[in-house]
Amino acid sequence: MIWCAAVLPNTNTNSMNRWFSCFLFNIVTPAHIVRLYDRFEALDKEKTGHLRPQDFGAINRLAMNPIGDRIIGAFFSPGQETVDFHSFVRILAHFRPADKKRPKDPSMPEPVNSRTSKLKFAFQLYDQDKDGKISRAELLQVLRSMLEMQVTEEQLESIADRTIQEADLDKDDAISFEEFRKSLEKVNIDHKMSIRFLR
Amino acid sequence: MPALWRSTFVLVMVLLAISRPSLASEDTGNGTENTITTLPIVIWKWEEIHFPYLVALWVLVSWLCKLVFQLNPCLTRVIPESGLLICIGWVLGGIIYGADKVQTFRLQPFTFFFYLLPQIVLDAGYSMPNKLFFGNLGAILVYAVIGTCWNAATLGLALWGCWLGGAMGNIDTGLLQLLLFGSLIAAVDPVAVIAVFEEVHVNEVLYILVFGESLLNDGVTVVLFNVFDAFVSLGGAQIDAVEIIKGIISFFVVAVGGSLVGVVFALLISLLTRCTKNIQIIEPGFIFVLGYLSYLTAEMLSLSAILSCTFCGVCCQKYINANMDERSVSTVRSTMKVFANGSETIIFVFLGISAIDPSIWVWNTAFILLTLLFIFVFRFIGVFLLTWILNQYRLVPLDFIDQLVMGYGGLRGAVAYGLVLLLDENKYKEKKLMISTTLIVVYFTVMLQGITMKPLVTWLKVKRAAVSERTLAEKIQNRTFDHMLVAIEDISGQIGDNYMRDKWNNFEEKWLYWLLMTPIARKSCDPIFNIFHKLNIKDATSYVKEGERRGSLAFVRNESKADVDFNKKFGADFSEMMPYIMTENMGPDHVPVSSILRDSVPSVCLDMHEQDLKMRESEDFDAHHLLQQHLYKGRKQHRHRYSRKHLEVNKDEHEVQEIFQRTMRSRLESFKSAKMGVAPPKKISKHLKKDQPQKMPNGKSADNSKSHAYGDEDLEFSEGDSASGCEAAGGSFPMRAYRGAGIVNPAFMAEMDTMDPMPPMQQIPSWLAEAEVDSSNMVPSQRAQLTLPWTPSNLRRLAPLCLSTHSNDSFLLADSPATQEGISELPPPPPPQDGQGQGTHK
Repeated sequence: MIWCAAVLPNTNTNSMNRWFSCFLFNIVTPAHIVRLYDRFEALDKEKTGHLRPQDFGAINRLAMNPIGDRIIGAFFSPGQETVDFHSFVRILAHFRPADKKRPKDPSMPEPVNSRTSKLKFAFQLYDQDKDGKISRAELLQVLRSMLEMQVTEEQLESIADRTIQEADLDKDDAISFEEFRKSLEKVNIDHKMSIRFLR
Repeated sequence: MPALWRSTFVLVMVLLAISRPSLASEDTGNGTENTITTLPIVIWKWEEIHFPYLVALWVLVSWLCKLVFQLNPCLTRVIPESGLLICIGWVLGGIIYGADKVQTFRLQPFTFFFYLLPQIVLDAGYSMPNKLFFGNLGAILVYAVIGTCWNAATLGLALWGCWLGGAMGNIDTGLLQLLLFGSLIAAVDPVAVIAVFEEVHVNEVLYILVFGESLLNDGVTVVLFNVFDAFVSLGGAQIDAVEIIKGIISFFVVAVGGSLVGVVFALLISLLTRCTKNIQIIEPGFIFVLGYLSYLTAEMLSLSAILSCTFCGVCCQKYINANMDERSVSTVRSTMKVFANGSETIIFVFLGISAIDPSIWVWNTAFILLTLLFIFVFRFIGVFLLTWILNQYRLVPLDFIDQLVMGYGGLRGAVAYGLVLLLDENKYKEKKLMISTTLIVVYFTVMLQGITMKPLVTWLKVKRAAVSERTLAEKIQNRTFDHMLVAIEDISGQIGDNYMRDKWNNFEEKWLYWLLMTPIARKSCDPIFNIFHKLNIKDATSYVKEGERRGSLAFVRNESKADVDFNKKFGADFSEMMPYIMTENMGPDHVPVSSILRDSVPSVCLDMHEQDLKMRESEDFDAHHLLQQHLYKGRKQHRHRYSRKHLEVNKDEHEVQEIFQRTMRSRLESFKSAKMGVAPPKKISKHLKKDQPQKMPNGKSADNSKSHAYGDEDLEFSEGDSASGCEAAGGSFPMRAYRGAGIVNPAFMAEMDTMDPMPPMQQIPSWLAEAEVDSSNMVPSQRAQLTLPWTPSNLRRLAPLCLSTHSNDSFLLADSPATQEGISELPPPPPPQDGQGQGTHK
């Protein structure tokens, strides 16, 4: 506790408590929290303790990212305009490599960096209207932004159709989460959705 | 087993043929000196050609050895191929030694380094999985550079220690010489390991680490070898700190410089392939010549030739594969493999042959055994140590099993042997001992470790690679993951791998693509788009395969040819269809695919006609007559033209035109008939009626000839495509049977008409009906495609080309009564029956 206070001198006790819940759930290590807090403060230009979408938008390189706005959107739970440090860490913790050494404890809630929750995170990037399904239009939007100018609309559409066909098991012309998970069964999600520095 | 003996016999005969002339050459040598007194009709010119002749024969013999093993798969399953080749090398060497009493043939270092090795290296570089390689480049470099230095240094020092301790008796050597020996034997040769890995599909990270390491450490070994060789020449007394530092600097200059030369050559190749469109025939040749030149140039500059060649291959592959014609790419691929595999075989055979020569053997038990022990132990220590360090930084740590396999995979190979032969006997008094030790080490590791590798990998349950079938969803998702990781790194303010990769990708897209790729290639190089294209092709191929399995009645009688024939035929149809599909589905600007495929139409079809004609002429005059009507008259005059410049020798505009017109005509006809809901088109039914009486006795032939009419094939193809996906064929082939049955017997057709409550639906091919009925259910893109007519009149004919997920059921519905009827009426064509059975099970 003393150590934390030393690291983060200007946090109030309330956010401290929530901050500790990060520890409790063991989602990131203290070293990460220190680094992420620095980053959080750097992003939080107006020192409000909350980040707004504009703060994310200020990251230059993020603006170049075709799905950057979706990623930003993922930080904000529906209806909320701001994100505090706790949620900030929680979201980023999705990208922590899974810890194989930690024994599986069924009583604990599923860790935020498990395969399923990683996949959920990826899924909701597509599923913008949050109806639990990736519709054709939603897929098309993502494809359009990722493939940029290289292909025509026609081609995009047939690619989208084909993709949905591949994954769509119940023939409802949309990809549900289950189908999404099935289609990526062979992909090592832990390798693909992890960032080294969060180890 | 008899096959094995037979080929062994052949081998021995060839061998005798080789060794005999070398004896005989002395006699003939005398003979040619005589002045001729009369005009000889033929003369024996062995002297003039004996060198190339021997080379060619040796290549042949080596490859025959491989053939011998492949005849006996249970042998290759237990012993790795390299080990077997060495064994047969021993046998061959024994025979030669027995015949000549001296070992005439030996692997010369010059031959090895300048003719055999470059091919292997270039191939390895060219077929390196790029993304994996660069993704793990750090680890690979650590293993290749530090690992090799570690191996060399520890072995040299340990041997030196033992030598000082007097364990080896009286041999004339020293620290530097032992270090040199250590460095030359440090390189890991993975041929056997890679073969095992490929067989059991170990996880890709382990694979790339071993593969990349083995490739790069060959280069590193050569560099180390040269540095130590120079040290030995200088002599122990003159080596001070400055010289050592110079040595270290030269090590890095040689390694990095070599790699840079390779990159420069890669740029050159890529630039060159931008403009070789018009000389497609020698296009692949450029790759080989420039790749070889990169090797030689680096060697000339005394830089690392192996690294140069490797990086040349690694860097250019992406651009040249995009730039070159698809056929050239496959030519390059397969030719590379021929060369690489060929020279690998030769190397191993000669490794065996070289051993059968008493003059090179010097035995020193302590030296040899200690070397074996140290190599084994220090390899493990090195791997564990380096992996431990690497694991501190890796996102995905290497687990213990992987490390164990990596350590155990430390086989030594031909590079060590080539290097040890380079030693100067005046400087190295113990050269022979070193050679024998190297040979023993190579044999020991290749044989023992090679044989035990596979059981070990299986026993340790090394993580296997997921057999990933590349799907669009996966590919797209991979792309999303990449973007996601970059975004997260940006947000969390870290500069990590993903950041670097993103930077590089941007740079590559902005500059390298512009510089190194043709504009057309640039357009289609997107991986998502590529995989989409490949999947479409795969669908079509699986359709063909499926058709072959179920409905290939035409080839029932000609089983041996069935494979080739059918593929060719459908290939032609497919490529003919391709332009439509492409323009339909992908918009008009997808140039490369359609143009490539269109190019290949004529020659392919022509082949097919030849095949078909031969078949029918001999078997069936009537069918021949029918075919004559459907084929063009002019093709014979193009058949035998020879050209060195073009692949499509028989390309003829008229032919393409005619194919197109015929296709369109028959389509229109069948469309009309389908649309009207009346009896089948006059033209087709006329042929068939005419054929009918003669055909009935041998049953299926009516169907055969039917399947050769172009238009008909096209129709079937489009049906298959409309159902897109693996089930396509399942749906469409019963359909084919239905039409075949219906058309052959007009009476039956009429009956069916009256029987059926809804004749138009029965007559309209089900997909068409589908298109009409279901158009409201269609996804917008399909509707969009409907409004994109080829010509107004055949708009509807083209409609089925677009993807539809619903068509399967209706196929089954439409054809099931028909096929059943057909069975009762006709000698049943069995494959459609199968299709039917499967269909109903579904």
